[in-house]
Amino acid sequence: MSEITSVFKPDHKALIAYVTAGYPDKTATVNIAAALAEGGCDIIELGIPFSDPLADGATIQHASYLALQQGITPQICLDIAAEIRQIITTPLVFMTYYNPILRYGLEAFCKECIKAGVSGLIVPDLPPEEGLELEKVTHKHNLDLIYLLAPTSTDQRIGTVAARSRGFIYLVSLTGVTGARSSLSPELKGFVKRVRAKSDLPLCVGFGISKVEHALEAAALADGVIIGSRLINLIEEDTSLAALKSFITSVRKALNEKKNTGEV
Amino acid sequence: MPCRPDVSGYFGNYGGKFVPETLMPALAELEGAYADALADAAFQKQFDQLCKDFIGRPTPLYYAEQLTKKSGGAIILLKREDLAHTGAHKINNALGQGLLAKRMGKTRIIAETGAGQHGVATATVCAMLDLECIVYMGTEDIKRQAPNVQRMKLMNAEVRPVDSGSRTLKDAINEAIRDWVSNVKDTHYLLGSVVGPHPYPMIVRDFQAIIGREARAQVLKAYNRLPDYLVACVGGGSNSIGLFHPFYNDKDVKFIGVEAGGLGLKTGKHSATLATGKVGVLHGTKSYLMEDEHGQIMETHSISAGLDYPGVGPEHSFYKDSDRATYVAVNDEETLEGFKLLSNTEGIIPALESAHAIYYAVKMAKDLSKDKLIIVNLSGRGDKDLGIVTQALGMKE
Repeated sequence: MSEITSVFKPDHKALIAYVTAGYPDKTATVNIAAALAEGGCDIIELGIPFSDPLADGATIQHASYLALQQGITPQICLDIAAEIRQIITTPLVFMTYYNPILRYGLEAFCKECIKAGVSGLIVPDLPPEEGLELEKVTHKHNLDLIYLLAPTSTDQRIGTVAARSRGFIYLVSLTGVTGARSSLSPELKGFVKRVRAKSDLPLCVGFGISKVEHALEAAALADGVIIGSRLINLIEEDTSLAALKSFITSVRKALNEKKNTGEV
Repeated sequence: MPCRPDVSGYFGNYGGKFVPETLMPALAELEGAYADALADAAFQKQFDQLCKDFIGRPTPLYYAEQLTKKSGGAIILLKREDLAHTGAHKINNALGQGLLAKRMGKTRIIAETGAGQHGVATATVCAMLDLECIVYMGTEDIKRQAPNVQRMKLMNAEVRPVDSGSRTLKDAINEAIRDWVSNVKDTHYLLGSVVGPHPYPMIVRDFQAIIGREARAQVLKAYNRLPDYLVACVGGGSNSIGLFHPFYNDKDVKFIGVEAGGLGLKTGKHSATLATGKVGVLHGTKSYLMEDEHGQIMETHSISAGLDYPGVGPEHSFYKDSDRATYVAVNDEETLEGFKLLSNTEGIIPALESAHAIYYAVKMAKDLSKDKLIIVNLSGRGDKDLGIVTQALGMKE
C-alpha cells in the first residue's frame, strides 16, 4: 500500500488541497502547506508552474504566471516539497504538465521526487496512451502516477485508466478547465457510477469544487474531494492565511459529520 | 500515400496526443469521421467542387521572369496561393475541416489565429456553411493585423482577444484548447496548422497537400520535369508541408523550409524552432520547440505574426531528423528586402510570412545554374502587412 492509498479508509472522506508552488512566494507555500495539514487535509497537491497550462482556468493560470515571474523552477518546487516534509507528514503529490518533467529528465525527476518526499504525480496533459514511458520510471521508484478521467471518457478508456492508475483516480467533475463554479455538474453522479463499476481504486473528484456544499455533494459519491482554485482565491484575499484555514477546517468538519451518508 | 503517421499518430518520434483526458474521445471521434469522409466519394467531390468554385483552384504556377533575371541563376516559379480566395493557403484547410465539422453535426466552430489569415479563412467558411464561429487572437496580433480583424467581424465571426502570456499565436491556441475542453460536445476545433494532437497534423496536411499535387502536375506539364528545390516558409508549417508532402517520394527534389530569424538567431528573439529548438511537448504534440532550461515555453519574435510561434509540426521534425528537408532562417530585415523585391520586380505584394521564402529562394537562385528549377510557395498576399511594412521601412504616406 502506498503512502497515498493508505489515506483512504472506510468512514473517512479524503480532503485533497491543491496550491501552486511558489505562489505567492516560496516561503508562503511552506506555511500554506502547514496550515492545510493543520486544517485536516489528507493529501497536498503542489502545482509546479508551467508557462502554458492548458487544462487550467484563469485562477491557476494567474497563480502559475506569478510564480514563474518570481523564478520558480521545478528544482525549487522539489526544494519546497522537501522543506514541507520536514515539518508535516501529510503526503505530497506534484501536479504539473509533461514538458517540465521531460526537460528535467524522467529518471532524474522521479528520483528527486522520492528524495524530497513526494509520493505521486498528476500530469493533466499525459493520457495513458502517452504515459507508458513515465509509468515505467514511476513504478521503478514507487511513485504513484495518478491518471485522470473525465465525463467524456468512454467505458473502454475507464477500463484502461482503472488498470493503470496508481494511488487513486482523479475524476474531473465536469467538461471543462479548473476553476470555481456555482454548482456541481449534473453529469457527475452517473460518471462516478460508471467508473465505480470498473475500478476498486479510490476515486477523488476535482475541478469546480469551491464550496462546502460542493465538497459534501461530491464526497457523497466518491472517496475524496480535491479543491484548488478556491484556495488560491482565499490566499490572494487574505495573505495571513486565516481565511484559508477557516475554509479548510469547515470543509473537514462537514465531511466528518456527513461521513456515514450518501453511498450511491 | 507516402509518410503516414503510425496508428498512435507519430511521424517517427514526433506527434502523439498529449491532451487532457476530456479531449481524448473527441480526437478519436474526429479521426473516425475523417477516415469515413476520406472513403466517401461524395465528400471528396464536394470538396473538389468548392476548391474550384469557391476558392478558385487550381492556383497558377507562375514563372517569375523578372525575379529570375534579377537573381541571374535558377528559374524561380511561384505557386500562387496568394490568389486563393481570402488571399492565403489557409482557406484549403478551413474548407476541408468546415465540411468535416458539418458532417460530424457540430454547430459551433472555434479557431486560433496569428496573422489573422486562418481566422479569416475560418470565418469565411463558417459564413458559407452557416456555422457559428469564434476566433481566438492574441491582443498583440489584433494590433498588428487589424485589417484581418475587421474582415472576420464582417463575416459574423466573434474575435475573442487573448491577453495572457506573449499575447500571440501560442496563447491563442491555449485559449482555443481551453474552450474546446469546455464545449467539446457541440464544438469543432478548426486548427489552422499542422500542429496539435493527432489527427490534426495529418488532416491539415492532407487538405493542404492540394498545393503540392497541383504544383507537381503543373511543373511536369510546363517543363516536363520535376523541380530541383521547393522553398516555403515555416511557422507551424502548413503551407510548406502542403507543398512538400506530394513530392516526398521524389528523392531528387530538395525541400527547404524557411523559418523566422527575427532579430537574428544570436539575439534569442526569433522563431527558428527547427534551427535552434529542442524536442519537447507543446499543444498536444511532441516536436521541436523553443523552451528554456526548465521546460518553460519561450516567447518568440518575428515581424510576421503567422510565423511567431515556438513550436512546429511533428512531420517537419521528422523531415529534419531524417534529412528529408533542410531548415534555414531569414531575419526580419532580410524579409523586408524580399517583400520589396517581389513588389518591385513582379508587381506582387507578398505576405510577410511568404517574403521569408522569397528572400531565401532569390539568394539560393544566384548560386545555382540557369537550368535549375525552384518552386517557391507564395503562401499569401501582403495587404494585411502594409501597416507594419510602412512603419518598418520608415515610408511616408
